[in-house]
Amino acid sequence: MSRNVIVWAVVIIVSAVGGALIQGQIDQKSAPVAAKSEPKSAPAATTPAAPAQTAATGGTLDAVRQRGSVLCGVNTGLAGFGIADSQGKWTGLDVDICRGVAAAVLGDAEKVKYTPLTTQQRFTALQSKEIDILSRNTTWTLGRDTSLGLNFVGITFFDGQGFMVRTASKVTNAKSLNGATVCVQPGTTTELNLADFFRSNNMKFQPVVIESLQELTGAFVAGRCDAMTTDISGLVSIRATQAKPDDFLVLPDVISKEPLGPVVRHGDDQWFDIVKWTIFAMIEAEEKGITSANVEQMKSSEDPAIKRLLGVTAGNGEALGLKEDWAANVIKLVGNYGESYDRNIKAQLGLERGINNLWTKGGLVYAPPVR
Amino acid sequence: MTARFLKEGTILYGLFGTWYNALLTLLSLWIIVEWVPPLLDWGIFSAKTAPDPAACRATFGACWGFIHEKYRLILFGGYPFEHQWRPLLTSIIFVVLLVTSCNKRFWQPSLAAAWVLALITMFVLMHGGVLGLPVVESSRWGGLPLTLILAVFGLGIAFPFAVVLALGRRSKLPVIRAICITFIEVVRGVPLISLLFMASVMVPLFLPEGITVDKLIRAEVGIIIFAAAYSAESVRGGLQALNRGQEEAADALGLSYFDKTWRIVLPQALRIAIPSITNNFISTFKDTSLVVVIGMFDLLGALKASLNDAQWRTFYVEGYLFVAAIYFVFCIGMSKYAQYLENDIGRTTAKPS
Repeated sequence: MSRNVIVWAVVIIVSAVGGALIQGQIDQKSAPVAAKSEPKSAPAATTPAAPAQTAATGGTLDAVRQRGSVLCGVNTGLAGFGIADSQGKWTGLDVDICRGVAAAVLGDAEKVKYTPLTTQQRFTALQSKEIDILSRNTTWTLGRDTSLGLNFVGITFFDGQGFMVRTASKVTNAKSLNGATVCVQPGTTTELNLADFFRSNNMKFQPVVIESLQELTGAFVAGRCDAMTTDISGLVSIRATQAKPDDFLVLPDVISKEPLGPVVRHGDDQWFDIVKWTIFAMIEAEEKGITSANVEQMKSSEDPAIKRLLGVTAGNGEALGLKEDWAANVIKLVGNYGESYDRNIKAQLGLERGINNLWTKGGLVYAPPVR
Repeated sequence: MTARFLKEGTILYGLFGTWYNALLTLLSLWIIVEWVPPLLDWGIFSAKTAPDPAACRATFGACWGFIHEKYRLILFGGYPFEHQWRPLLTSIIFVVLLVTSCNKRFWQPSLAAAWVLALITMFVLMHGGVLGLPVVESSRWGGLPLTLILAVFGLGIAFPFAVVLALGRRSKLPVIRAICITFIEVVRGVPLISLLFMASVMVPLFLPEGITVDKLIRAEVGIIIFAAAYSAESVRGGLQALNRGQEEAADALGLSYFDKTWRIVLPQALRIAIPSITNNFISTFKDTSLVVVIGMFDLLGALKASLNDAQWRTFYVEGYLFVAAIYFVFCIGMSKYAQYLENDIGRTTAKPS
């Protein structure tokens, strides 16, 4: 009998100790945040019904400096945008935005803490201040920009929905897909866009709805549907990883606009500016031919635009509330937009620049003057 | 004629004794011949173990190279690569401790001390911050250690709550009874996934501005609430199966409620409840994989994360088999131990007359 008492005592002690440890961690986690003493202009508790009031009360920059790291919400795993590599290190175009902001604010691109987020969690995490930036291939729409109490900073990647078919089917454009069975993921804008496209063109289709992208791809490859649809970037990478990529064809038609970009909270304009101009600095650097390799030599350039960007001519840093070498740090530690694109999107997905090229090279990527 | 070769009780009779046995035998033989060689060929002979996706795509066989390339991400999630000896050590301590605790010979006060010591060690190992170990936030914990933490802490903390809830449900005080019944029924009435979503999406919105609670703790609390409600019903089963005479005898001796419950009722009731509690434990262990929906990289989540690598996306069968094998080892271990406990108790406990 006494043995049993001991066993249950063990269970209770373990629970108590576990609870104490966890409690200790809560205190540790919340202490610096609570000590921040923010003016409480926004209501303490916010519900999804009234998220527009989740307006930040400013001070994200101070909080980041005090904490010594940028809290970045990323995808749980999307190759090219935000994915943990075999060593658990986060890489991707979206990840590079956060690294860039950390480089601009703290002078160290590695001072980023990543929170992998699902689609459902992503906006809440930003609203509840779990993260400072949401950089998770999020499509910029009016609804999200306004009613969620969030601000889209800019566009880092121009995506769009497309179709992939089997080369043997001889289909070469989306208009000739009438009557086709189409593999699609449920509950996404992708599914709605698909229906819109076929309805507006007076065509019929048979959807094959499968939740996981892997299984969806498997079904398409196995011939269960004539076409599969998702974002072009996804289609290109799926095609590239097939045993015989030439058996498949990504149609040239793009049926929706999916501009992806990072998101911050409403109401903290200084932080909004910093994230925005970090992206613009990366784009401007590519336009001016400044790379992570030559940034130091470029500092002695005579071009006034380069001098302003790299902080040789002072002023920009002060205006943002940062050190004058903020952009130089971004370029040195993360690289310009093109470098990041090549390293992530091109290397991992095999996707060429296309409309994501600079405006000077026939693309849409454009930055206002950094002056 | 047939009776000479096929005597009842022989193997041959079992296989071909009647026409339907013969049919089943032939069917099984056909399945074995049809399926086993291709499976062996896929899994072993044609399989590639080098971490080279191009070579893998070229072959028909399994691509164990995917596991070769990604096993550290699968086992330890996003934990910093150069520090992965820490979660490895933590997992080893966990397993050693759990196995040790299963052996009745070690059921002594020193075991409790060992647990306390080990838990502190594991926390220090995982979290760091002292002894020159860099701090690793819980958001970077992942893989097997995360699964073990969620399961062991979840069950360990849920169990005392379960006992209290079960006792409360049988309480003579109407308010306590109502509270316990409501809690159990409400929690049992919703799926675990909704509790996890509640913990990860809703809770941060209800908290005062500027206060955030670690995601791991929020998920853990969800699992504890769920496991407590389910285990409470198992414990109540044990309480109800206990002979009323035991309680009446304790009352007759003038024992207080606490003494009666602690010394007479619970030890017996919990013994009776062991099979169904084990059942709960096994299912909760597997349920922890649901944290993947809130973006945590437990064992299954880490596998999904590694499958998102465009190069390796097509090799999910190998990945799922690998993870299934790990889950299987743990679950079969738990169920075998429960069998042993049942037999052991059946031997040592006198049947109530």
